[in-house]
Amino acid sequence: MVAHLLRLRLLLLASSLKRSAWQVVGLVFGGLYGLLLLGGAVIGLIALAFAPLEIAQTTIVLGGATVVLGWLLLPIILNGIDETLDPARLAVYPIPMPQLLVGLTLAGIVGIPGVVTLIASLATIGTWIRNPVAAVAAAVCAMVAVLTCVVGSRAVAAAASGFGTRRRTREIMGVIVFIPLLLLGPLLSGIGQGLSDAAASLPSIAGIVAWTPLGAVWSVPADIVAGNPGVAALRFAIALVTLAALVAAWRYFLADALVNPRVSSGGGPRAKGLGLFGKMPGTPLGAVAARALTYWFRDPRYVRSLIIAPLLPVLFYFYYLTNGNEALLVTSGPVVALALSLSIYSDVSMDNTAFALHVSSGVSGVADRGGRVIAVLAFAVPILVLIGVGTVAVTNTWVTLPALIGLSFGILFSGLGIASVVSARVVFPAPLPGDSPFKSPPGAGAATLASSFASWGILAVIALPEIVLGIIAVVTGSLVLGVVNLFVGLVLGTLFMVIGIRWGGKILDRRAPDLLQQLMRQR
Amino acid sequence: MTQPGAAAAPQGDGSAPVQPVAVPGPGYPRTSSTAAALSIRGLTKRFGDKVAVDGIDLDIPVGSFYGLVGPNGAGKTTTLSMATGLMRPDSGTVRVLDVDVWRDLLAAKRLIGVLGDGVRLFDRLTGRQLVTYAGLLTGMDRETVQQRVDDLLRLLDLVESADKLVVDYSAGMTKKVALACALVHAPRLLVLDEPFESVDPVSAANIRDILAGCVRNGGTVIVSSHSMDLVQRMCDHVAVIAAGRVLVAGTVDEVRAGESLEDRFVELVGGRHGGDGPEWLRTS
Repeated sequence: MVAHLLRLRLLLLASSLKRSAWQVVGLVFGGLYGLLLLGGAVIGLIALAFAPLEIAQTTIVLGGATVVLGWLLLPIILNGIDETLDPARLAVYPIPMPQLLVGLTLAGIVGIPGVVTLIASLATIGTWIRNPVAAVAAAVCAMVAVLTCVVGSRAVAAAASGFGTRRRTREIMGVIVFIPLLLLGPLLSGIGQGLSDAAASLPSIAGIVAWTPLGAVWSVPADIVAGNPGVAALRFAIALVTLAALVAAWRYFLADALVNPRVSSGGGPRAKGLGLFGKMPGTPLGAVAARALTYWFRDPRYVRSLIIAPLLPVLFYFYYLTNGNEALLVTSGPVVALALSLSIYSDVSMDNTAFALHVSSGVSGVADRGGRVIAVLAFAVPILVLIGVGTVAVTNTWVTLPALIGLSFGILFSGLGIASVVSARVVFPAPLPGDSPFKSPPGAGAATLASSFASWGILAVIALPEIVLGIIAVVTGSLVLGVVNLFVGLVLGTLFMVIGIRWGGKILDRRAPDLLQQLMRQR
Repeated sequence: MTQPGAAAAPQGDGSAPVQPVAVPGPGYPRTSSTAAALSIRGLTKRFGDKVAVDGIDLDIPVGSFYGLVGPNGAGKTTTLSMATGLMRPDSGTVRVLDVDVWRDLLAAKRLIGVLGDGVRLFDRLTGRQLVTYAGLLTGMDRETVQQRVDDLLRLLDLVESADKLVVDYSAGMTKKVALACALVHAPRLLVLDEPFESVDPVSAANIRDILAGCVRNGGTVIVSSHSMDLVQRMCDHVAVIAAGRVLVAGTVDEVRAGESLEDRFVELVGGRHGGDGPEWLRTS
């Protein structure tokens, strides 16, 4: 039975590759990248054999604890792990629980992340090779660690699907976990800055982590080398208890999930009345705008883009605080404008086959394009004004405000125009409705890559006047040039936006059915 | 016997003015008059090497309740997609009430209401919002849309769930709200792909009443279904499609020729295995 589950996993892996050549290409590149990382890690770990004991221990404990933490968090971020061996699908077969657990665990190790973790963990044998007892301990601990990773992530996934039966809870969790991850970089660099003088404190952090379930298992060989068999035994006990607890939790949640399958009904949120549909004009254009704007706030795939907008300036502000470099902070308005204008590239792909409603109702292409643009403008304009005012307030360079706002709006409007044309022609890969916003389908074809590069190029060209003027105005601090740039940005941007909507609308009128067929294939 | 509609839906109250259509015996009803709600000529579509639709000719008379039946993969959905302007045919013409669909898409789409099978909905909207959206997209004014949405939600027993997100609906409720989207602009030709799948019996009966009402008032309804029983009871015309071709088309009575529609269908399409299955399955 265990062998069956394992074979099923391999078959699923193989047949997923048969579906598209691009997926193979993606896997090869992903594999190469993984190999490169893995090679680096293995070489590094073996090299640690020649480092002082303290450095080796600190590195392995902190690195290992991060890997375990990553495995535990992954199912929450990805809204469930790779569902190819979803217990819910196995519920109908009479498989004894112990065999199911063993089978699923082994299947979890087979797969790129599992194999990479296994090899890297076993590489710690190389670190301790000069002490045979520690090397043997390292081999045992590596196995325990990998099992902890796999079982832990399965347990978290099973638990999440247990009390995350409510769709909304799951979705909110997925997005919320994402925010600290985004801010992790600047936070770490901030902390690192403070600690770089006191790098000596890392070993003491590792000392604490080594007593936690995340790090204990990684510390055992080092403790043996250091001549503390008692500490080593104690930490190994912590590791074993952790693994046992995770297995027990997994078993409990799995047994629960098998008899209480995840159903997507139940309460669910309610929204009284028509919402935005009652506020926007009762025309096709207004309806598309109301629909798109509703999605921006209700669909996690859009919400992700929406929370990046205010987080980017925050990120840049952190760097400004640590480096005192204003340049990055000042550009946050235009950068957010760029990100927001490009976000509607994948609008139609996000609709997926729901786009059929637009095709079958015969809505005009201009209304379709325009409505989506209006939805973005509705929140992008106030956000960009706020960011502009915020950045000049922080840097205390109010004279540059008109130039920055002009540049932001110029980029936003022109970008929306370009996106309106391009997305009427090309279907960009996007997460399916209801999928995790972080699951991006592999295999962005050459055509989509080429067209996104091309549209960046075009945007750079048609927004060149406000880019050049804006830079000159900001550098020289000229208010007159800034005001000129405000007008140039608004007028040119609006012009390109209107052209883009009309052109894209015309394309859509002609080939909406073909676009729909492309979407059908993408499903 | 040749009177079309004689075997119509149980609701058929005799007074239903079914458009007289000359049907020359069993086989293809070739009506050259303008009475065709949907007229398909030489329609083909291939996906790669596979011919999905292989030269279909079909006339669907105005005021008929037309069933489209066929085994899985017969090309029903592809045919209906091409007939409603959702998929460009490789060749052939489609006319809806004398409008050439692929010449004048907009005019045709105003006449057609579509319920697609296996097509997603904008399911992050509430049921009320979704139907309102469908109405507004066709360019109707807000008051009309509002009134029709209220009527449709009531007719389809969706009032209680109107403020819930469609993503949280059950499969049957999702079908019903999709049907409301297809009905909201009062189309003269309704094309419904598998409208009764996973709909509970009470709702199905309500839907049948609504559709029969459409037909009584001069509308035309095309339904694809796997349920022969349902088609036999509900529809007055039927076409059997297999491997991208029309095997037979006509009134239900003509097609079934005295047998039940299901028997006739199996006879036409073939593929039945005899016997009770392998011995080891006979456990008792």
